[in-house]
Amino acid sequence: MARRPASTLLFDGSEWNFATLSRAYDAIEAIAIGEMGLDVYPNQIEIISSEQMLDAYSSIGMPLMYQHWSFGKRFVFESQLYQKGYRGLAYELVINSNPCITYLMEENTMPMQTLVTAHAAFGHNHFFKNNYLFRQWTDAGAILGYMDFAKKYIAKCEERHGLNAVEEILDSAHALQDHGIFHYRRPPRLSSEKERERARERLEYEEQTYSDLWRTLPTAGGSSGIEEAKREALERKKVLSLPEENLLYFLEKHSLILEPWQREILRIIRVIAQYFYPQGQTKVMNEGCATFVHYSIINRLFDQGKISEGAMLELLASHANVVFQPGFDDSRFSGLNPYALGFAMMQDIERICTMPTEEDRDWFPTIAGNGNWMGTLIDAWENHRDESFILQYLSPALIRKFRLFRLSDRAANKFCEVTSIHDERGYSAVRAALARNYDPMAHRPDIQVVDVDLLGDRQLRLKHVIKNGILLEESNRDATLAHISRLWGYDVSLAGIDASTGKVLYECSSTGA
Amino acid sequence: MPNFIDRRLNPKDRSLGNRQRFLRRVHEELKRTIRDQIKSDRITDVDAAHGVPIPKRGADEPSFQHSRTSGERHYVLPGNETFSPGDRLRKPETGAGGGRAGPGRGENTDDFLFALSREEVLDLFFEDLELPDMVKLSLRETVSYKSHRVGFSTVGTPSNINVGRTMRNSFGRRMALRRPSEKEFQALADEIAALEREEQPSPQQRHSLSHLREELEVIERRRRRIAYVDPVDVRFNRFERQPLPNASAVMFCLMDVSASMGEREKDLAKRFFVLLHLFLKRRYERIDIVFIRHTDEAREVDEETFFFSKQSGGTIVSTALEEMLRVIEDRYPSNLWNIYAAQASDGDNANGDSERCAELLRESLMRLCQYYAYVEIIDERESEIFGSTDNGTSLWRAYRKVDSAVPNFQMTRVARPADIYPVFRKLFARHQPVQLRR
Repeated sequence: MARRPASTLLFDGSEWNFATLSRAYDAIEAIAIGEMGLDVYPNQIEIISSEQMLDAYSSIGMPLMYQHWSFGKRFVFESQLYQKGYRGLAYELVINSNPCITYLMEENTMPMQTLVTAHAAFGHNHFFKNNYLFRQWTDAGAILGYMDFAKKYIAKCEERHGLNAVEEILDSAHALQDHGIFHYRRPPRLSSEKERERARERLEYEEQTYSDLWRTLPTAGGSSGIEEAKREALERKKVLSLPEENLLYFLEKHSLILEPWQREILRIIRVIAQYFYPQGQTKVMNEGCATFVHYSIINRLFDQGKISEGAMLELLASHANVVFQPGFDDSRFSGLNPYALGFAMMQDIERICTMPTEEDRDWFPTIAGNGNWMGTLIDAWENHRDESFILQYLSPALIRKFRLFRLSDRAANKFCEVTSIHDERGYSAVRAALARNYDPMAHRPDIQVVDVDLLGDRQLRLKHVIKNGILLEESNRDATLAHISRLWGYDVSLAGIDASTGKVLYECSSTGA
Repeated sequence: MPNFIDRRLNPKDRSLGNRQRFLRRVHEELKRTIRDQIKSDRITDVDAAHGVPIPKRGADEPSFQHSRTSGERHYVLPGNETFSPGDRLRKPETGAGGGRAGPGRGENTDDFLFALSREEVLDLFFEDLELPDMVKLSLRETVSYKSHRVGFSTVGTPSNINVGRTMRNSFGRRMALRRPSEKEFQALADEIAALEREEQPSPQQRHSLSHLREELEVIERRRRRIAYVDPVDVRFNRFERQPLPNASAVMFCLMDVSASMGEREKDLAKRFFVLLHLFLKRRYERIDIVFIRHTDEAREVDEETFFFSKQSGGTIVSTALEEMLRVIEDRYPSNLWNIYAAQASDGDNANGDSERCAELLRESLMRLCQYYAYVEIIDERESEIFGSTDNGTSLWRAYRKVDSAVPNFQMTRVARPADIYPVFRKLFARHQPVQLRR
């Protein structure tokens, strides 16, 4: 092999500085944009210390966050895990914003900074900018402005109304944040300046036009009064557009006891929950995309002679750790590793596009052998979430490679049953079951507001649609109900109704303040 | 070209506000934990950071969760080695089936201790003692230091440069290295200038001019190479932080451990001793603590025995005072040590012994002690009856006389933690510094 001149190396040794970071970035950019055709937001790369990383961990990864005790608790917890060595810190953290902010840890070696830049600033960044969920549901350009507004607004509320009052509202809102998302409607775009302006206007307007209507409902007197009240109730129910699955939205708009600032706080929690909604649905794809991108880029850099063999070995070791998938009976097993699954699927797609087998031609007639693997991947990254991606692209070859099997667990039985394995009869079932497990709807209890008894006690009626007989954990359920009734101000009841039979399986309630 | 930003220098403790909110949230729980820890801690250890378990109560965040014990689930797991469809696996007896739950580390928050700083611990400790804020503040202070000039150093801040010393070094170095002086340089330059003014220089003059120029160049180079003031010359004034002069103190803890002193009484007594220790620690660099417990006979014991082991017998208080006298004579000569004593008792004493105690105090002990504090621990109900009257146990009545005769004797009845502080008020209010006996 011809000796390469040393000058082609981007860096030498493990120490980094801003000059080497910048040189590496330019080389990566040339490959990512020029050769792979990625499309990214402008990058902003920030160097942080481990303590700042822990900070970011505890405030769900946002650089700006309002203050709440639960973040303090998480910080204590995370720093414990870190200090005791149970868990290392991430090498990077990336924010879905425009410009896309990537945090790099100062402890990383220069080869790691290269890998992580490729991973986050190009892999994740491309995914954020192009995936349909992120494009439809989040507003990368406005999120930092909005977080700034939220932080200041909540700090102002604490000043004006006291820590306790704000904490109460935040506690209740946090309990419901998984139920503060529109799953089918697209939320309107945010604009921080307009947002702030609107907050003030909304406050003023609502203070001016406070409606006493609710208190003047006729007492049950003459029959004509009842008739009228009934009609009004029906009317109102239509106005409330029930049933409503976004509990926080419903409470924000229709609760009888909340002050305008309290409604605004519910809204903030709702907006943040909505912003994170796509992330939960695209773990496998997002990490797979980023891992695939960094793997391609570092190999390319090595081929160009821009990183040394020593650095390459370090990167490959680290890459192998990231995509390590222990078996189900291994003591290190903690579920399917999204990096491993995502990366393997992307590589598999490349293989199917370039070197398909007969089986692949049967399963993937549209892409097998089309030769354009990068185009196929970019299309997949753009138009899928985990569930649909797995349903469409998980190949029998990969099921065999991972030796996936489906295990069915009925609570009533004393045993679990292996229902499908990696064989001809099992592929479809395994694939469908895995895809279903990545559907967030499968993990989030389906709870809706169905009725408000306006005539009588103003009881808020919720319905839990029970699928597959999976009930709610009771102590958590009751505590959460108490939070709802704190926000609603009157009694709240929850009925669990089986989705297939329509039978009421349980009923519980919480009395209002 | 991306935008690189170095955030490492950003202010730390961004999550401090969150931490404070969390501590506030679990305040009651922490107070209980700290109280328990102080009960079992050594007196000297109270004044330090503590590790406490992350409290669970009050810090849970409920949300609607699927229960693990109902319904039907389908898991997809990797790494199948031997299974075929239809195989059945027994579920483990407890917990959810399927093995998906894993080791569940995230749930077990109890296993973790998190560190409360010394300030946070003291805050919790002070809470129901009702200390005035000013007192709390000064108790929290650590030893004060003063900077003293001690010699010179080669590193330091520009403001501390010692010019005299620096220039002396510079001068010595310049001489040793024969740096051409300004005068030599100027003389040569003048000579050259004079030659240059010559209208018609003779060949000899021309020769000497070029020679002089060469020489000037050499001198100039030499002057450039050997700096006038070199970094090696620079000296800084060196300062050393020294703790303010403090003498040593010894603190005697005397306690009645007869059967009438129960758990509550001992707890109150301990808080009293801890507080005295904190006060003393501010003033003295070194504090010894001597524990003397007594029933009808007194013995010096270690802290563990003092608070936790039980002993039965009658009560003769004077034995403890005699033991204290003996220890002072043995080990703590009063011209070298500041002697503080704190006595806790429920007021029981054998007939006639109280008079002897008062006499011991008046005649010998109070001449040796800087300060003597007596707390009588009584029932909350009793506190309403007695109030601050002179009535009470025989010991109380006898001590009352000492109190009126000797200024640095303090006594009080304590029924609640909040009653403890007033004992110290006079000691603390006395602003003139405690005379140091050296």
